[in-house]
Amino acid sequence: MEQNDITICRCEDITLGEIREQIALGKHTIEEIKRACRAGMGPCQGRTCAPLIANEIAKATGKPISEIPLAKFRPSTLPIKMASLLGGEKHD
Amino acid sequence: MIKSADVVVIGGGVVGCSTAYNLAKLGAGKVVVLEKNYLASGSTGRCGAGMRMQWGTETNCLLSRESVKMLSHLPELLNVDVDIEFTQNGYLMPAYSEKMAEQFKQNLVLQNSLAIPAKWVTPEESLEIVPFLNTKGMLGATYCAEDGHCNPFKVTEAYAQAAKKLQVEIYTNTQVLGIVTENGKIVSVRTNQGDIQTDTVVNAAGGYAKEVGRMVGVELPIFPERHEILVTEPVEPTMGPMVMSFYHNLYCQQSPHGSFIMGIGHPNEPEGYDINSSWQFLRDMVERVVEILPPLAGLNIVRQWAGLYDMCPDRTPILGNSPQLQRFYTAAGFSGHGFMISPITGQLMAEMIVGKPTAFPIQMFDAGRFERGELFVEPSVV
Repeated sequence: MEQNDITICRCEDITLGEIREQIALGKHTIEEIKRACRAGMGPCQGRTCAPLIANEIAKATGKPISEIPLAKFRPSTLPIKMASLLGGEKHD
Repeated sequence: MIKSADVVVIGGGVVGCSTAYNLAKLGAGKVVVLEKNYLASGSTGRCGAGMRMQWGTETNCLLSRESVKMLSHLPELLNVDVDIEFTQNGYLMPAYSEKMAEQFKQNLVLQNSLAIPAKWVTPEESLEIVPFLNTKGMLGATYCAEDGHCNPFKVTEAYAQAAKKLQVEIYTNTQVLGIVTENGKIVSVRTNQGDIQTDTVVNAAGGYAKEVGRMVGVELPIFPERHEILVTEPVEPTMGPMVMSFYHNLYCQQSPHGSFIMGIGHPNEPEGYDINSSWQFLRDMVERVVEILPPLAGLNIVRQWAGLYDMCPDRTPILGNSPQLQRFYTAAGFSGHGFMISPITGQLMAEMIVGKPTAFPIQMFDAGRFERGELFVEPSVV
């Protein structure tokens, strides 16, 4: 298997090759890469891929990984079914 | 960093990038875009990504009609290899009261006179378009099959790439600190990366447009207002059009990716730069959307976020020069529909700035219209 075929974002099926492509286009933050190819936008919200992408950015830019900012964490923490948000207060 | 430019565009959203590209294309000389974060990091990248031509004012109808035409072949138009995810699955806008139906039918006359193919559909016909729509209380709806969806990140990227090909310099992570004027003329733009000498500035700063105006002593009536959105897990294509209900104050669309994107407008949202998410939105959104699209209750919400609308008192943008200062142009105040009219906006702004006749008359959209009392009140905004 080619290294570039390795899946980095399992939720959105994004490969290492696609991540490297975005970095080569000058996108040097996780936020930018996420918006360009959806890596980190799936149900796990980047828990798996964000550190891997940060690592790739660090390698490509020569920056220490501690200087690569993480993407903003957004609610909800876990996927939540719409139905479970309905009608609760009437029973409180 | 570059030391001088013919035009400095403040704001790397879709309007800034579109304007910069068009300026370069029309031979405006050296054009620079300054962006505080990264491209599409502000309002553009937080929008609902819908494109509609069903408006209540002639201006908005024309601007959106021309933009949809351009978006339908944007990569070819700009000669770039970017998939902007353009789809035309329509917009369905239900009416729930006689007054609303009346307004919609009035809008349809206007839209049809401008060759926008929107039509009135009965509740039964609506069900053919969205089979799981709850038609309770609905008197009918307007539907335009040529409205649709586009990816705002990709459209911005397409314009940025096309602009760079025309030697436009785009500086991201570059914050504008001030604009220096002398004797009523712009002299330079101060940034955290250095100064750029210029006599022409385009304020495309979206929710921050008022702050940029204040840098030159121009008080724009634009104000920022938070709007929240959520997105669900992706599922098989089940809903074609955007469903937009002014009665529920909500919009909901299934994106080409399969996820449902939806948002509501909050009538008591205060003016401000807050873009934090709230649980209240989550509750309100779910309650309202499940009422008109019941099967959505079974979907998982993956993420929520918020962004700023750059609101104008009449819900119509300010496009043009400011009466107080020469060569200070504003393209902001889009009130939540800037993305969908960005292609034509960029073209019109560029034509105006280089002094060419504009494709449509837009002189009346200058910031001076509020003092003159010549407003363009758009009735159809969530």
